Amino acid sequence: MEKKFGKATRDAYGETLIEVGKKDLNVVVLDADLSKSTKSYPFSQVFPERFFNVGIQEANLVGVAAGLASCGKIPFISSFASFLVSKGFDQFRMAVAFSELNVKVIGSHGGITVGEDGASQMSIEDIALMTSLPGFSVIVPCDEISARALVWETAKHVGPVYIRTGRPKAPVVHKPGTEFKIGKGVRLRDGKDITILANGFLVFEALEAAERLADTGIQAGVIDMHTVKPLDTALILEEAKKTGHILVAEEHQIWGGLGSAVATFLAGKHPCKMGFVAIQDTFAESGKAEELLEKYGLTFPAIVKTAKKILGR
Amino acid sequence: MEMLSLEQLKEKAKLVRRHIVEMTGAAASGHPGGSLSATEMLVALYFNLMQHNPQDPQWPDRDRLVLSKGHASPALYAALAESGYFDPGTLKDFRKLGSPLQGHPDRRRLPGVEASTGSLGQGLSIGIGMALARRLDQKDYYTYVITSDGEMNEGQTWEAAAMAAHHKVDHLIAFLDYNKFQLDDSTKNICDMEPVVEKWKSFRWDVQEIDGHDLKAILRAVEKAKKVKNAPAMIIAHTVKGKGVSFMENNNQFHGVAPTPEEVQKALKELE
Repeated sequence: MEKKFGKATRDAYGETLIEVGKKDLNVVVLDADLSKSTKSYPFSQVFPERFFNVGIQEANLVGVAAGLASCGKIPFISSFASFLVSKGFDQFRMAVAFSELNVKVIGSHGGITVGEDGASQMSIEDIALMTSLPGFSVIVPCDEISARALVWETAKHVGPVYIRTGRPKAPVVHKPGTEFKIGKGVRLRDGKDITILANGFLVFEALEAAERLADTGIQAGVIDMHTVKPLDTALILEEAKKTGHILVAEEHQIWGGLGSAVATFLAGKHPCKMGFVAIQDTFAESGKAEELLEKYGLTFPAIVKTAKKILGR
Repeated sequence: MEMLSLEQLKEKAKLVRRHIVEMTGAAASGHPGGSLSATEMLVALYFNLMQHNPQDPQWPDRDRLVLSKGHASPALYAALAESGYFDPGTLKDFRKLGSPLQGHPDRRRLPGVEASTGSLGQGLSIGIGMALARRLDQKDYYTYVITSDGEMNEGQTWEAAAMAAHHKVDHLIAFLDYNKFQLDDSTKNICDMEPVVEKWKSFRWDVQEIDGHDLKAILRAVEKAKKVKNAPAMIIAHTVKGKGVSFMENNNQFHGVAPTPEEVQKALKELE
């Protein structure tokens, strides 16, 4: 299928944030000295009095956001996913999740598509960590259209939300006007032999893989599973019953990501043949985003191969 | 809330100490030492200094208190109960299954608790957020944070210290309950943070140093700290761990160990 690049999901976030801020005066934005990369910077230029750059200090960033939220503010806080989630984790656990506070967390530069900056900047474990916190919703949008819609949904939702955004431009997957709800997957292609559940950059790869599989007579369905938590269990069950074969593809460590969540659910409800396309328990390295996706097995050929393996063809 | 006189505050402090001893004794666990050292600060705040309404814990204009040293929860619960947030009879349920009086403060379970704490080093950041919300909303309330000497070991304390000063956060008044002990030993022997006064001054906080058991000194220091503009205020309160019970004073065995039933009776006699 044609690969048409739209904006990066982080750019879609930054643009939408201004609109959200215009509509709700309780929205405040905080960043830890990466606002020009996370794209919260444009908000700071429009609403300087509602923007706080705390400096390079993620733990304090999260705590300050919790204090603001306890007074009725709606803080959107951002930094690189790699630093924000790991350095702010105790604060997410205690001051946000355990405290049930309405803090919106945006981890930018998620996954290995960070590229040249290398492994220290790449968050491959953020989804595992954030889904482990009770009450947190965890979202990985795949393109600018879904990112915009899900930022709006996040602003409307009362409760803590984590959104992972990406650095590079993202191929456009969704049609304008598509409806997005937190916790509801979007069916992009109907299949009858196997269903591919994917999020982030892997959604486009899944669609590409489905076309290649169709050439060999395999009808693969594709779901954009943008929300990892709460998991759209109804849709997963429906697909598992329909196709009997589930493949999960994500730009994340295989331990604790979307694949783990889907497998845990299906093992208890409807065991079926499964396969996983994910980072195989390793750190990545410097390189171009597309080179890294290929080297670490996160492209459509890997999905095609895994699908055929599950189907025994 | 009615503001209590100095003499009345002294009586409240004694009452709060009795609750601390009884609660930890009944639970056979908890942290009496650091609760007793923070007693006068909490009493001065809840019964004189703070604008708050136990009948309306969510009153938007209330002063806030964050107990960053969450293990001193018995002192906080006693102050809340005596203020009228809940029946003091509930204090006996401290640390029991299903009780709103959790081992460490839980804002979801107990009205009056402003922040869930217990992981050290987080309270100052939360207090900054509350003080920034005040500024945005153009309200007049104050945010108080009670932090501890052990917490100064935590890196987050210094992130918060730097950021609050840079953002000129005022209406933020912190107490350092400087009782000179942490769990394993004296602060001197574990990770000595001296010079403490100079540290906070160098981070551009308004700093006062007082006797943390002198109620008059606490009232005076807070009145002074309220006048500080465009900077956060730190009141370094020199205290005695286990204060008020002779065999607990400066005896770090009572950091995280409750008194036995005999020790409870002995302590209550001293607190008559």
